[in-house]
Amino acid sequence: MPQVGVSVVEVFERLGHSVDYPRNQTCCGQPAFNGGFHPEAREVAATFLNAFRDSRDPVVVPSGSCAAMVKVFYPELFAGTAREAEAKALGARTWEFSTFIVEQLGVTDLGATFAKKVTFHDGCHGLRELGIQSAPRRLLEKVRGLQLAEMKECATCCGFGGSFAVKYAPISTAMAEVKCKSAYASGAEVIVSNDPSCLMQINGYAEKQGMPIQCLHLAEVLNSR
Amino acid sequence: MSETKIIPLQQFKHDSAEVAADGDRREFLRTALGGYMNTRTATQHGYQDWEAARSGAAEIKWEAIDRLPELLEQFEANLIKNGTKVFWASDEEEARQYILGILREKNAKHVIKSKTMTSEEIHLNSLLEAEGFDVVESDLGEYIVQQNKEAPYHFVFPCMHLKRAEIKAIFEKIAACPSDDPEALTMFARQQLREKYLRADVGISGGNFGIAETGHIAITENEGNARLTCAMPKVHIAIMGIEKMLPRLSDLSLLQPMLGTAGAGQRITCYNSIYGGPKKPGETDGPEEMHVVLLDNGRTTLLADPEQRDALRCIRCGACLNVCPIFKNIGGHSYGTTYQGPIGAVITPHYKGLQEFKHLAYASSLCGACTETCPVKIDLHHHLLRIRRNSVSEHPPLMEKVAMKGFAFAFTRPWLYHLGTPLARLGHWLSKPIQGTKLDPGYLWRKTRTLPDMPKESFHEWFEKREQQKKAGK
Ligand code: SF4
Repeated sequence: MPQVGVSVVEVFERLGHSVDYPRNQTCCGQPAFNGGFHPEAREVAATFLNAFRDSRDPVVVPSGSCAAMVKVFYPELFAGTAREAEAKALGARTWEFSTFIVEQLGVTDLGATFAKKVTFHDGCHGLRELGIQSAPRRLLEKVRGLQLAEMKECATCCGFGGSFAVKYAPISTAMAEVKCKSAYASGAEVIVSNDPSCLMQINGYAEKQGMPIQCLHLAEVLNSR
Repeated sequence: MSETKIIPLQQFKHDSAEVAADGDRREFLRTALGGYMNTRTATQHGYQDWEAARSGAAEIKWEAIDRLPELLEQFEANLIKNGTKVFWASDEEEARQYILGILREKNAKHVIKSKTMTSEEIHLNSLLEAEGFDVVESDLGEYIVQQNKEAPYHFVFPCMHLKRAEIKAIFEKIAACPSDDPEALTMFARQQLREKYLRADVGISGGNFGIAETGHIAITENEGNARLTCAMPKVHIAIMGIEKMLPRLSDLSLLQPMLGTAGAGQRITCYNSIYGGPKKPGETDGPEEMHVVLLDNGRTTLLADPEQRDALRCIRCGACLNVCPIFKNIGGHSYGTTYQGPIGAVITPHYKGLQEFKHLAYASSLCGACTETCPVKIDLHHHLLRIRRNSVSEHPPLMEKVAMKGFAFAFTRPWLYHLGTPLARLGHWLSKPIQGTKLDPGYLWRKTRTLPDMPKESFHEWFEKREQQKKAGK
C-alpha cells in the first residue's frame, strides 16, 4: 500500500516537517517473533535497529502493530543481549502515526476534507498494547465533511493475526465477517483504521463478499483535500 | 468422555472450522456472551475503582502463588486440626483412585456432585460410572450436559450452547417435561434432583478458594445446590487444584465479589459458603466425614516457569472466554480441553504437553481482549507468544523453520529485499492465472478474501524517485 506511506509523508510535509526514509530498512521482524522463531526475529529486528542507528529523530510508524513490535516486544526480544539498551531507546522514540501527531505535535486539525460517513476500526495491537483509542478519533473529528459513525464491534479483532489468518483461515474468516457486518451496520461508507494489515483483512473479506464499503488508512483520509 | 486416540490438533482444526462455518450458532454464542459482558460493564460501575480492585486481587493471588508451598502446608495443618482428611494427588490417576477408594470403603452407591471443573479435569464421572456408581451432577448446567453426555461447553456456563428447546428435548428423554420456559426447566431438574440428594451417600464438590489461615474452603454458586451437596450426605469430598489458595479469610472480601462480577456480571454470586470440616460433636448438621483432595496434575510444572506462573492466579471466572473472539467463533467443545478459551490455551500445554497442545497458542490473533478483561491481570495473550517460542525452541517444525530462515536471510539484506520487489511484482502478475486455485500459494487466503494487486510502484521506489528529482532540481 504505497499510498499509505505517501500520505504520511505529505501530511508531515504540509505541517512543515521534513521526512527521511532510511532506505536500508526491511521489516520489524514481527512475523518470525509471532511464529515463535526468536533468533530469526532478532536478526531481522537487528536490521531495523541498524537502519535507525544514525538518527535521533522520532520514528513514526503508520501501523499500531509494527509500532507495538518495536515499543513493546523489542525489549523482550533483545533482553539480555548486547543491544537491549539500544532497542529500548529506539522504542522510546518510536510512535504510532496518530499518537505522534496528537500527543507529540499537539495538532488535531490537519485541514483535511473528506465528505463521507466513516467508521473506525481499532487495531488490537494499537489499542491494547499501546493504548491508542482517542488520537485517531480526535483527528477524524476535525476532518471537514466527515461523519464518524462508531460500529458496535469497533474494538473486536478483525481476525488478521499474521500467519493465523492462513493457518486457521476458517476462524480468521469468521472474525472478518463479524467485523465487516458490524461496520456495515453502522451505515458507514468507509472503514478507516491505523493498521494496514487489518485493512488488508477487512477489505479482503468485504471485497470478496461484494459489500459496498471501502477501506482506507487514516493517513489517506487525513491527506484528503 | 471416552479416551480414544484423538489427535488434538486434527480434532481442533476440524471442530473449529465446523463452528466457524455455522453462522447461527456463532450468532447465538455472541449474543449470550455479549449479554454477560453488558451486565458486567454495568456491575463494574458499582466498584469505586475497578482497576484498583483488579490490582488488589492480582496482588493477593500473586502472594498466594509466591508463598504456595508454605500456604499449602498451613492449609493442610488447619484442615487436619478441623478434622478433615487431606490427600495430595500428584496426578489425575492418584486423585481418581483415592476417591474411588473412599466410595468403596463407605459402600457408597449414590454420589451427588456440585460443579467442579477439577473433577472434569480428572475425568471422574466416567470412572465412577464405569465402576457402577450412580453419579449425578446437581448444578443445573452441569446436570443438563451430563444428561446430554457431553463435556461442559464453557467452564462457568456449561450448557450455554444449548437453546431452551434443546434442553427440553434432553429432559424429555428422562420424563415428561411440560414446557421450555426457564422456570419449568428448572423445576423439572429440581424434581429429578431432590430425591438424589436424599439418597446420596457421598457428596463431591470443588472449591473456589482454600483459606490457608483457617483451613476453610469457600464455594461460590448460584443455585444452593453445592450447599446441599456438601452438607447432606454423610461424606463430603472436596477436590481442588493446589493453586486455589488464599492466605487470609479476609481476602474473600475482595475475591468473592470480583469472581461474581468478572465472569457473570453479578454484584456477588447468590450463595457464598465457607466449609470448615465435618460435623463436630453436638452439631446438628454437616457431613460425618470430610476429605480434601489437593491436585497437582501439572500445576507445579507451571509454578516452576518464572515467566508464566502468574497463570496460576486464575480464579476461573470465565471472563476471558466471554470476550475472546476465537471462543465466540469456535465455541467451547472445539478446544477439546477441560479448560477452554484463553486461559485453557495457556495452561493446557503446561498440564498436558507442550507439543500436543501448542496449536491452541497458535490459534489466536493475539488481540489481547483476554488480558484486558482478566480480574487478576494474567498476561494471557503474551503467554501464548511465550508458548510458541518455547515450542519452537524445543522442537522447530521443519517447513516453518526453512521459511523463517529464508525470511531472516532476505530481510537482513536490504539490497536483496529491494531487489526482490520487482521480482515479486513480476511473480505476482505472472501468477495471475493460478490465483484462487489450489496451486496458488495464497490459496487459503484467497478462498475467502481478496488480495490487493502488487502496486506498480512501491513506496520505496516512490520515495527514491522523489529524492532523485529533488536533487536534480536543486
Ligand atoms: S484467566 Fe483471568 S479472566 Fe480468564 S478465567 Fe482466569 S481469572 Fe478469569
